[in-house]
Formats: sequence, structure tokens, C-alpha cells
Amino acid sequence: MAEEVQILVTCDKDVVTARQQGRATALAAGFSNSEATLVATAISELARNIVSYANRGTVTVARLNGHKGAAGLKIVASDAGPGIADVAQALRDGYSSSGGLGLGLPGVRRLMDDFDIASVPGSGTTVTVTKWLK
Amino acid sequence: MQVPILKQGNVLIATIQAALTDADLLELRSGLVQQVVRYRSSGVIVDVTAMDVMDSFASRTLLEISRMIRLRGADTVIVGIQPEVAFAMVQLGVTLEDIPTALDLEEGLAYLQQTSRSIN
Amino acid sequence: MARERHALTAAASAKSRLVDLPRGEPRAELHRELVGHLRQNRTQLREEWVARIGEARLLQAMTQEEIFAEATSVYDSYVAALETGTLDDLTAYARNLSERIIPRGVETHEVVGIVLLLRDVLARSLFAKYQADFEKLNRILDAYEPAANRIANTVAVGFVQERERVIRQQQEAIRELSTPVLQVRERLLILPIIGVIDPMRARQLTEQLLRGIRENRAKVVVIDITGVAAMDATVANHLVQTVEASRLLGATVIVTGLSPEIAQTLVTIGVDLGKMNTVGDLQGGIEQAERLLGYKVELG
Repeated sequence: MAEEVQILVTCDKDVVTARQQGRATALAAGFSNSEATLVATAISELARNIVSYANRGTVTVARLNGHKGAAGLKIVASDAGPGIADVAQALRDGYSSSGGLGLGLPGVRRLMDDFDIASVPGSGTTVTVTKWLK
Repeated sequence: MQVPILKQGNVLIATIQAALTDADLLELRSGLVQQVVRYRSSGVIVDVTAMDVMDSFASRTLLEISRMIRLRGADTVIVGIQPEVAFAMVQLGVTLEDIPTALDLEEGLAYLQQTSRSIN
Repeated sequence: MARERHALTAAASAKSRLVDLPRGEPRAELHRELVGHLRQNRTQLREEWVARIGEARLLQAMTQEEIFAEATSVYDSYVAALETGTLDDLTAYARNLSERIIPRGVETHEVVGIVLLLRDVLARSLFAKYQADFEKLNRILDAYEPAANRIANTVAVGFVQERERVIRQQQEAIRELSTPVLQVRERLLILPIIGVIDPMRARQLTEQLLRGIRENRAKVVVIDITGVAAMDATVANHLVQTVEASRLLGATVIVTGLSPEIAQTLVTIGVDLGKMNTVGDLQGGIEQAERLLGYKVELG
């Protein structure tokens, strides 16, 4: 019942493709332009993390027609990269393992409604975020 | 996608016309710095009206552009940030810190004129 | 939930046949008989229904005359729906009725209540008429009950949908009203915030202001929060984000009417008040805004 698109992310062009795909799906799902921009921004951050830290991975954008009629958009960013040793630390503002502005994960969490991260050092990271239609 | 840089008097205007990849942004950075040096420009306007998303990489690159150009004695103004993009930026936590911003190109030019006059 | 979905489906398929009329002569015959009975006893059944509505203390927002007039229309639409087998007219009537009675404060349970009462009154009269012939009573009720249930559904769902539409509309209107973006002079916007701000309203307010800045080409915005009694950390964060987002569009924000309590909240969440442009009251804020604008106009 959920329509979904998966984008293979291996370079910076794919980051743009992923977020444009995400925006289009968000608009089609009934999100406002403003909310679709929040979604696209979150995808941009997640996809860039894949390119920067894991070289390759996937971003999946799925429309949800969930429980109790709640509808939304679920984004899963998944890679088989080095993983994050200290997830709690990566979720704190200002943390970065490569200098600069960091992984942007706290920001992504603020942009979306639900946020979930599973990371195993040495075998990869999966970030799942959801935005609900209000 | 290359960003065209126009020279108007002693101001350089870079108009972003579509979504930019990270490589495009880095190219814009080096292009602008080179041209500021070449033309001894006093101001730079980056028009981001067409940008779909201003994520952490884009805003960090704009900050770098502004600082590098500052070292050359010129000011940078970012113009044309869309309301929904601004809303997403503050949620993400990127605010372009102290780079001057203006509504659009016209306002950006007015701002540069005013700052250069106040120096003179 | 399942029941609600079923009800919605029933309303959505109002165009479909209400009862399977063509299935053999006896069934159609039963139907004609049923409708005939309800027509013949219209006056008595209708009065009985109105009396029951009164006893149940339903529709108290309406006068006796109004109840009688509406009851007559509902009764006739009801019988017509049974006769023609389509719910279209009844659906339209239910919607129209809802539009008229919702502003009077009629509640959902009252509308459901009166339709169920009508079903009950009619079923009792069928019992009374056919009680001697148990076989026939059974067949009549088999024909009547499913139709009566779908009619009850249609009316109730129509009412609930109309009510939800009205509520949505009102909420929208209240939100717009409670966060007016006023242009007091060229390039100057004032946003007086009054009352309780929740995250939802704060977000709406931000979006409205950002659009307003763009549309009015505003350079200075005065956000007056004198009328805001309290602010939790989440909403205070929104305020800071609003100030930052406005700046990204090229507008300067002046915050006026900051109470010591709210100032304390802002400091607690780590806001550098020195970086925020604050002025004691709205008047002072407007004066500063005009200075900012005047200064720029002189130079530009």
C-alpha cells in the first residue's frame, strides 16, 4: 500500500537527486511547500552523510497510509559504512567526526517528526525519519 | 551546473539558477574568489532565489565564500532566500551567522552601496 | 475505527441502491406495503416521533415549531429514500439540515439520537401492525432494518462531516485572526502576539510572518509579545527561530514587551539576549524601527 522510491547514493549528484525525489513525493503526498522543504533538507543531510562517510548507500522515500488514518512520509537512509561509535554523541549539537558542522543529525531530528538511528561500528548505519501529515 | 558570475561596476553578482551539487558550490567558491581578486571588486552578491534547499554544506560554503572575500576587503550579501528555505534552515540550525542578507538583488545592491558610502 | 470507516463508505456510496428492489416480486411488494404504511400513518408517526424527541430532551436549542418542521422534512425524505431506494436526496437534505443546526449548537449525539428514535418509532408501528402475522413481520423487518440503518448512517455521517468542516474552518479563521501581520507603514510590519502560543501556532505564525516579509518587502519587523503571558522552552525556541529566519530574508526583527519571566526562559535555553534586538514597549519598538528605516532611506 505504500509507494516507495529508492535512490542509490554514491556521489554528490545523487544527493541532489534524492532530495528532489523526496520533495516531489512529499508534495504528492499532500505536504505543504514549506514542509516539503523540511523533508528535502533532511534528505540532503542524510544523503550527504552517506557519501562522506560510507561512499555508497541508499535513500528510500516511502509514503505511509498508516494506522488510524495517519499519513506521512518515511525516509530510510542506509549504508554499510564504518558506522558511528558513539551515537549519543553524534546526536548532540556541534559534534563532528570530520570537522566543520558535523553530521547534522540533531538538525535532521528537528526537521522531522520521528527520528530513529541504528548504527553498528564496522557494519553500517541506518537512519529512519518520518514526517506526519497534520 | 555552472553558476554565471556577472560583473556590474565594482560588484560581482553570482546568480544560482538551479539546485547545486557540492562540487558546483565549491566551484562557485573558487570562481568568486578568483574574480574578486582579478577585478578588485568591493562587493559580491550571491542570489540564491532558485536554490531548493540550503543544507549544512551549502551554508558552510557560503560562509567560507564570505570570509575569503572579506580577506580581500570586499563584502558579500546573500539575497533571495525563500521563506520556506529560511524556515528549514533555522530548524536545521544553520543561520549564515553574520553574513549580511537582503530580500532580493535590488536590496542587495542598495545594501552594498550604503555600506561603501558609509566607509567613504 | 472499523465502524467509522464503514459509515464513511455508506455515505460515499449513497448513489448506490439502498435496497435490492428487483429481487423478485414479493420483496418489491413488501417494500410498497412498507412505504404505504408509513405514508398513511404520516401524521400520527411524525407526532409520536416529535413527542419522543421532547421526552429524550434532544434538540433543546430549537423551538417546538422548528423541531416539528424539520421532523416533517426528515420524515418525508426518509420515506422517499425507502421508496426510491436512493440516498441522494436524503444526503443532500442531511447536509443542508446540518448547516442550519450546527450554528445553533446542536450536538452529534442529538442528531444520531433523533434518527435512532425515528427508526424505533417506525419499527414499533410495524410491530403493532403485523404482530398477528409473525412470518410477515419478519419479512417486513428484514426489508426495513438494513435500509433504516443505512439511512441513520447517512444522516449521522453527513452531520459529522459538516461539523468537522465547520470546526476546521473556524480553527483556520481563529489562527489567522490571532496572528495578524500588520503593515503600519512601508517596509515595516508589526506582529502583535496575544494569548497562549503552542508549537503549532508558533509555527504558523513564523510561516505567516516570513510570507508577509516577502510580500510586503519588509525591512523591519516588530514582534510585540506584551500579550503573551508565558512561554515554555519550545515556544521560546520558535521565537528565536522566527527572528533568525526573518533575518535570512533580509529583515531586522525588534522584539517588544518581553516580560522578565520570558526573558528568563530565553536565557535558560541559551539565547544571548544581547544579540536579540529588544525594546521595552511597542511604541519604543516602532520608533526604533522608523529610525532604522529612516536611516536607510537617507542613505539609499
